[in-house]
Amino acid sequence: MRAAQFCHSCGKVQPPAPADYFTFFGLPRKLHLKEAALQREFYELSRKLHPDLSVRADAREQAWILEQSSRLNDAYRTLKDPIQRTQYLLGLEGVQLEEQSKSATEEARTAGTVKKQVVPPALLEEVFELNLQLEEARLAKKMGEPDPELVRELEQQKKKWEAQFEESLEELKGYWHEWDKLIDHDAAPEKRAAVRDKMVDLLNRRNYIRNLVRDVNEVLEG
Amino acid sequence: MASDRIVGIDLGTTNSLVAFMQGENPVVIPGEDGSNLVPSVVALDERDQIIVGNAARKYLIETPERAIYSVKRLMGRGVEDVRDELKLFPFHLADDLQAGEVLRIRLGEKTFTPPEVSAFVLRQLKRNAERYFGAPVTKAVITVPAYFNDAQRQATKDAGRIAGLEVLRLVNEPTAASLAYGLDKKQNGIIAVYDLGGGTFDISILKLQDGIFEVIATNGDTHLGGDDIDNLLLTIALDDILGDLKIDLRRNAEAVQALRKAVIDAKIQLSQHTTVTISIELPGGKHYAREITRENFEGLIQPIIDRTVGPCRQALKDAGLKPEQIDEVVLVGGSTRIPKVRTLVEELFQRKPHVDLNPDEVVALGAAVQANILSGGSEATENMLLLDVTPLSLGIEVAGGVTDKIILRNSTIPASATQHYTTQIDGQANVAIHVLQGERELAKDCRSLARFDLKGIPPMPAGMPRIEVKFLIDANGILQVSAREQRSGTEAQIEVQPSYGLTDEQVEGMILDSFDYAEEDFRQRQIIEARSEADTILAALEKGRKSPAWGVLTRDETKNIARLEKALLAVKNADDHKVIREAIDALNQGTMRLAELMMDSAVATALKGKTMEDADVGEGPTAPHPMAKAEFE
Repeated sequence: MRAAQFCHSCGKVQPPAPADYFTFFGLPRKLHLKEAALQREFYELSRKLHPDLSVRADAREQAWILEQSSRLNDAYRTLKDPIQRTQYLLGLEGVQLEEQSKSATEEARTAGTVKKQVVPPALLEEVFELNLQLEEARLAKKMGEPDPELVRELEQQKKKWEAQFEESLEELKGYWHEWDKLIDHDAAPEKRAAVRDKMVDLLNRRNYIRNLVRDVNEVLEG
Repeated sequence: MASDRIVGIDLGTTNSLVAFMQGENPVVIPGEDGSNLVPSVVALDERDQIIVGNAARKYLIETPERAIYSVKRLMGRGVEDVRDELKLFPFHLADDLQAGEVLRIRLGEKTFTPPEVSAFVLRQLKRNAERYFGAPVTKAVITVPAYFNDAQRQATKDAGRIAGLEVLRLVNEPTAASLAYGLDKKQNGIIAVYDLGGGTFDISILKLQDGIFEVIATNGDTHLGGDDIDNLLLTIALDDILGDLKIDLRRNAEAVQALRKAVIDAKIQLSQHTTVTISIELPGGKHYAREITRENFEGLIQPIIDRTVGPCRQALKDAGLKPEQIDEVVLVGGSTRIPKVRTLVEELFQRKPHVDLNPDEVVALGAAVQANILSGGSEATENMLLLDVTPLSLGIEVAGGVTDKIILRNSTIPASATQHYTTQIDGQANVAIHVLQGERELAKDCRSLARFDLKGIPPMPAGMPRIEVKFLIDANGILQVSAREQRSGTEAQIEVQPSYGLTDEQVEGMILDSFDYAEEDFRQRQIIEARSEADTILAALEKGRKSPAWGVLTRDETKNIARLEKALLAVKNADDHKVIREAIDALNQGTMRLAELMMDSAVATALKGKTMEDADVGEGPTAPHPMAKAEFE
C-alpha cells in the first residue's frame, strides 16, 4: 500500500501525512529494489503530484501539492541510489550514520582539532603503509624534488583503493540479501541487528576508503 | 478562455521573445515592426518616455547614457559582483549606492534597478501579445538560464510582477528548448542541450521518456556568451586604433558603441564568410579598416568557447554518462551559429549536433509549450511533463565558516530538507541561520542567499529547544523556508534578509512607479478591452436575430438596432476606447427589450417542459442577461 497521497473518492491531493520513503512508494523495508519499476512508479506519481499540473488550485491545495511533490522527489532520490537507500534504511533502524559523523566534525572544529577517524581494523596495516608514502611524497614535493618512483607507487595505491571502493558495493549487496531474507521471514530483532551492524561497518569502511582516495588524489594532482 | 491565455517569454540578454501555442504548434508573436526578436535594449527618449527594442537601439549610439543593454547580466547581483562587468559594459551605476543594496542603473536623470529595466522589456512583449490577441495578457511563463541562482531567479520573478505579469513558472532555458524539440520529435532517449546565448551558457542533459522530460544534470556559467566575444573584438579594435591612428576612443561612448556594432556585424558575417572587413568612420574624419579571416577569428575566440568544455564534462560526470551514451545534442542560442562552436560540440560529444531548430526562437517556443502544459494541456502536449533540477547545492553555514550541504545540485525540484537547531545559552530567543548556494567547501566561497533570524523561541535552558527548519526549493528553483519549535509547537518567526534582492514592499512600490510609464499601456489596454466587449455584444445580437423574440420586435425597433449596430461596427477599430464604449452603451440600450423578450420566451419554453438549453438563450439560468452590460473590475 502506498501512502495516501490522494483522496480515495475525488482523487485530489491530500495534506501530507508523516510516512517514511518506503511507505511513500508502498514498498517493504527491503534493500533489493527494481530500479526500472521504481522509476515507473516515480513517473506515474509525478504525473499526479507535480505542481505544473495544478497551477489553478487554491493556495491551500497548492501548498499540499508542493509538500507532497517535494516528498516524492526526496523519496525517489534517496531510494534510487543504493548507498543512500541503505543509509536511509539504517537510519530508520535507529542508526544515525550521518549525524554521528556530523556531530563528530562539529566537535572537532570547536575544539580546534582535526577530526579523528577511526581506522577500520581490517585496513590498519595497509593504511599505515599508505600514510607513510603520502607523507614522503608531500615532503618530496615541498622540497621541489618529486620522486617519480613514489608517484608510480601512489598511482598503484590509488588503483587498489578505487577497486576496493567498487568492490564494497558488491559486498553490501550481499548483506542486502541477508537483510531482505530476514524481513521476509519476520526474523527476530537480534538477527536483524547483526546484519544491520555489518552494514554499518561496511559503510564506515567505504567512507574511509573514499577519503583515502581523495588524499591520494590531492598529493598526485596538487 | 481568452483572458486565461498564458504566454511563454524568453527574456534574453540580447533579444527577448514572446510565444504561445497555436493549436498543435508553438509560434512566436511578432512585434509591431514585424520582427520576432525584441532587442533587450531600453532607452529614455527626449520626452523621458521609455523606448524598448529595435526603436531603442539608435539611442545606444546617439545617446549611450540614455540607453541600457544586456541588463540580464546584473539581475540578482550586488555591487561587489559586477566590478569586472563594469569595466566592459557601459552601465552607469547610481552614485549613492550603499553596499548590500540592490543595484540601480542611471538612465538619463533617472535610476532603475535591473528588475525594473527588465520589466520594461517584459511590458513591451506583453503589449505585443495583447495587440496580437486583441485581449489582455496577464499570465506568463518566463525562461531563465538553468545556472541562475536563487537571487537571479527571484529578480526575474520580480521583473514579471513589476510588468503586471503573474509569473506562473520560471523554466530553465535549455529545458524549455528540449520541450520544443521533444514536441517535434516524440522520441525516447537521452539528449544534451548546449545553450550558448548572448550572456549565459548552459548545458543540460535530459532523459526523454513517454512525455516525461527528466533533467539528469545541468551545469553552466551565467557570465559566458556572445557578449564576451564582442568585448574581446572591441578591445582589439580599440587597441588597434590607439596604436595605428593614435586615437584613444575609450572615453568616447558614442564612438565605442558604433565600433561595438561594427565588430558584432563582423562576427555574425564570419559564420557565413571566410573573411570580413571592419570598416568605420571615426570622429575627426579618420577611417579605420581591418580585415579579419575566419581562421584569425577562431584563434581569438578559442579561449572563450573553451570555457564551455568544463561545464559539459561536469554535467556528463554528474549524469554518470559517457559522451557516446547521448543520443542527440541540441544547439540553442545565437552563438551556436559560429562554425567553431559547432566543431567544438562535435568533438566533445563525438557526434554531429542537431541544428534544425532556430537557435534564437526555440527557447521561447518551449516556454509556450510549458505555458500550454500549465494551462491544462492540449492534444499536442498531452502527457508532457517537465521534471527539472536545482543547478546548485543549497547549504547552511556551520561552525568554522564551513558549508554544510543540505540539498545537492541536480536534485529534482521541488526538493526539501529539514534541519534541527537548538540554542547555545539559557533563555536564548533568537537563532541566526545563514543560507548559501554553491559547491565550495567554505561559506565565503559560496553565494550568500539570505540570513534568517528565528525569533520568539520560548525561554528554555540552553540546548532544550528543538527548532525544526524546513528548506524547500519550489518548482521555480526558488527557496522557501519555514520553522517551528517542536517542544512548544510554536511557529518560529522568520525574518529574512535576502543578501541580494528586493523586499516585497520595494516591489510593490515599483509596481506603482511603473504606472508613470504605463500610461500608453493603460490606454492600449482600455481599447483592447472595449473592442473585445464590442465583439461580445455583437455576437449576442447575432444570436438574438435567430431567436423567436426577434419576430416580436416592431419594425422601428429592428431598424434602430440595425442603425446602432452599424454605428458600433464603424467605431470598433477606432483608437479611442471612449468612442467604442459609447457605441456599446447605445446598442445596449437599444436591445434592452430584445433581451427581455428573449428571457421571457426562454422562461415560457421552460415552463412548457423544455429545458433552458433548448430555448437557446445561450446561457444557463444563472448566466448574466445576454444583452446586459459586461462588468469590468
